[in-house]
Amino acid sequence: MTDHSAAPHQKRPFWTIARKDAAAGFLFIAPQTLGIMTFVLIPLGLVFYYSMHEWNVLANTFTFVGDANYQLLLRDPNLPPVLLASAIFSAGLVVLNLSLALLLAVLLDQKLKGIVVFRTLFFSPVVVSLVAWTIVWSFLLQANGGINGILAVFGIEGPNWLRTPTTAMIAVVVVQVFKNVGLNMILFLAALQGVPKEVYEAARVDGAGPFKQFRRITLPMISPTILLTSIITIVGSLQVFAQIAILTKGGPGVSTTVLVYYLYQQAFQFNFFGYGSTLSILLFLIVAVLTFIQWQMRKRIVFYEN
Amino acid sequence: MTRLAMLKATAASAGILLPLAWGGVAWAQDAVNLRMTIWSANEAHLALFNEIAEGFKATHPNVSVTFEPLPFENYTTTLTTQIAGGNPPDLAWIFETSAADFVNSGALAPLSEAFTKTEGYNLDDVTEAATALWTRDSQLYAYPFSTSPFAVFVNNDLVTAAGAKTPAELIAAGEWNWDNALATAKAVADNGKDGLVIRDFNYQTWQNLTAFWRGWGANAWSEDGKTCGFTEQPMVDAMTRLHQAIFVDGALPGPGKNVDFFAGDAAMTITQISRASLLPEDDPFDWDLVPLPEGPAGSYSVIGQAAVGAFANRPNTDVAVEFLGYMTNPENSEKLAQFFPPARASLLNTETLGKTNPLLTSEQIENVVIAGISNGKVIAGHTNFAQIQQTIRASLDGLWVADTDLPAVLASVCQGVSPLLAR
Repeated sequence: MTDHSAAPHQKRPFWTIARKDAAAGFLFIAPQTLGIMTFVLIPLGLVFYYSMHEWNVLANTFTFVGDANYQLLLRDPNLPPVLLASAIFSAGLVVLNLSLALLLAVLLDQKLKGIVVFRTLFFSPVVVSLVAWTIVWSFLLQANGGINGILAVFGIEGPNWLRTPTTAMIAVVVVQVFKNVGLNMILFLAALQGVPKEVYEAARVDGAGPFKQFRRITLPMISPTILLTSIITIVGSLQVFAQIAILTKGGPGVSTTVLVYYLYQQAFQFNFFGYGSTLSILLFLIVAVLTFIQWQMRKRIVFYEN
Repeated sequence: MTRLAMLKATAASAGILLPLAWGGVAWAQDAVNLRMTIWSANEAHLALFNEIAEGFKATHPNVSVTFEPLPFENYTTTLTTQIAGGNPPDLAWIFETSAADFVNSGALAPLSEAFTKTEGYNLDDVTEAATALWTRDSQLYAYPFSTSPFAVFVNNDLVTAAGAKTPAELIAAGEWNWDNALATAKAVADNGKDGLVIRDFNYQTWQNLTAFWRGWGANAWSEDGKTCGFTEQPMVDAMTRLHQAIFVDGALPGPGKNVDFFAGDAAMTITQISRASLLPEDDPFDWDLVPLPEGPAGSYSVIGQAAVGAFANRPNTDVAVEFLGYMTNPENSEKLAQFFPPARASLLNTETLGKTNPLLTSEQIENVVIAGISNGKVIAGHTNFAQIQQTIRASLDGLWVADTDLPAVLASVCQGVSPLLAR
C-alpha cells in the first residue's frame, strides 16, 4: 500500500523499478505465450467446441449435437481395433527404441579414436526429413524391394512386408525406431557421461562386475533420463501419422490404423469433422493421463527423487 | 510522445494507408480472380485451360482464372479441407465417385438456367447418359467435361516378343475375351516383363476393378445403392478369376509392386483413354488401344467421369458459372475433346474426334471412344463414398494374399459396408 502522508504533493513516477522489471518479464514471455495461445490453447478450445457439433463441410451446416459424438465414441465398432493398434505400436516403439538407444549409448560411451563418427552416423537419421526417410523405406519394403533383395542373396524369401498385418506393424515400428533412436541415444550418452567415475571405482573396489555396476549404478544414476525419454517417446508414438499415411494407409485391414490416422480419416477423408474432433479429445486425454502416470512414477523409479 | 507529434504521426500514417485502402476497394470492384482446382498437372492440359481462360478475357477483361493442380491420390480430401478451412476454390473438378456427395449437398451452384441463357450453348446436345450423375431435380450441378471410357492400351512389342497373339489379332479372330487377354498377360509375364496393370488400382483403389468385374456382370452394390454386391455369384466368380490371375498365373503384378505401362514395363494396362497423353513422345513402343475384352457376361464398357462445378454462395459465383458456360460451349468442348472425351452428341463422330486426337486411328475412335461412350455405364458412386471406399478397402485387403479364403473375405466386405450402404 502506498503511504501518501510522507510526501503528499510529490508525484511518484509510474515506472518504478519493480514495474519495469515486471514489464520486461512479461515482454520476454509474450512471444511464447502468444504462440501457445494461438497454436495450442485456442485450437484445443475450438476442437472441444467442434466435438459437440456436426459439421457438414459440403452442405456448410454446423449443428449443435451435444454429446452425440461422445456417445458414438463409446459405440464405434472400429475404435477397439484402432486403440489396440495404437497400443501395440506404442509399446513396440518404446521398448525397442529405449533399449536400442541405451545399448548404442553404452557402446558409444567409450574413449576411442573416431567414436564421434559413429555417434554422428547413428544420429544422422534424426535430421533427415521424416517424409523422405519414410518414402525411401517404402521402396525398400516393397515385395520386390531392397530388403527382400538382400534376403534373397541368403536364400530367404522375404514376406511382402507392408501387405501382411504382422509384418506391416513391425515395419512401421522399426522404420520409426531407426528414425528417432539417435535422439534418445544422445540423451542417454549425455546422462552416462554425467555419472561420476569415482562411483564406478568404488564399486570395482567392492568387487562389483560390469553387469552389477550397470544394474546398481548406471541405471539408477540415469533414471531421470530414462523417464524423460520414455515420456517423449510414448507421446511421440501416439502422434505417429506420416509413416502410416505413406507406408500402409492404415492397412492391411485396419491393422496399422492408429488413433491419429483414424481421426485423420474421420475428419479429413470422410468429412466427419465433429467426430474427428471428439477423437482428438480422446487422444488428448490419453496423452495427458499417460504423462501424469509417468510423472507420478518418478518418485518410485527415479533415483534422485528419493 | 507529445500531442503534436502524435497528430503528425497519425496524419502521416493516414496519408500512407488511406490511398492503399482506397486502391484495394477499387481493385476489388474491378478484377475478379477465379480459382479452379484440377487433378491434372499435365502441361498440355494446363496450356489448353489457360488458352480458354485467355479467350474468356475477350468478353470479360477483368476476369482471370488460375488452375490449381492438386495431387490425384488425395484430391477430394484436399478439396474438402480447403472448403472446411473457409478457402474453397470458385470452381472444382469432381470425381464421378463423389458426385452424389457434392450434388446432393447444395455446395454447388445450379447451372441449367445459366447455360440455357448462354448464346449458342445448346444444352440439349449434352447427352442425358452423361449428365445423369450430375443432375438433381432436373437441375444440372456440374458439367461432365470428361466422359472417358476405360480401355486397354497394349504394348505390341512386348506381346509379340513373348510369342503371343496381339489383342488386335484376337479381335480380328473374334477371340478378344478375358481368358485370352489374361493368357497373353501371363505369356508376357513369363517372358520377364509384367502382364496386365489395372492402372491406379494399387490394391487400394478397388473401384477401378469395375472395368474388370463388369465383364462378369458384377457390381459393388445394387442400382439403388442399398445392397452390397460383393457376395453375389458374378462378383465371386470375377474375384476368383482375378485372384487366380494375380497369385497363380502372375498375369498381373502383385501387391506392393509398382509397374508403369507407359514406361514400357507391362504388356497391357486398363485405364481411361484420356491417359493417352502419357504415351512416351519419343522412342515409343508399338502401341494399340482396344476395347475391354468380352467377359462371361458378354461385351461391356465402363466409363469414368469428371465434371466441373462452381461453388454456390461465393462472392464470384455468378462469374464462375458464366466462365463454366464459356469453357464448355460447343467451340471449347471441341478443343477439350482432344484430351477429354466429350459428352456432346454433336462431337461424338469420327471426323471431329479424329481432328483433335491425332494419336488415335479412326478405327480406335470408332470402336473404343464412340462405342464406349455410347454404351458405357459410369463407375458406381455413392453418398459418403470416402467412408465406403475405405471400409471396403480394409476388408478387401484380406483378398490380396496368395492363401486366402475368398468367400469369407467377400462376406466380410458386405458385413462391414452394409450398414453404410443402408444409411
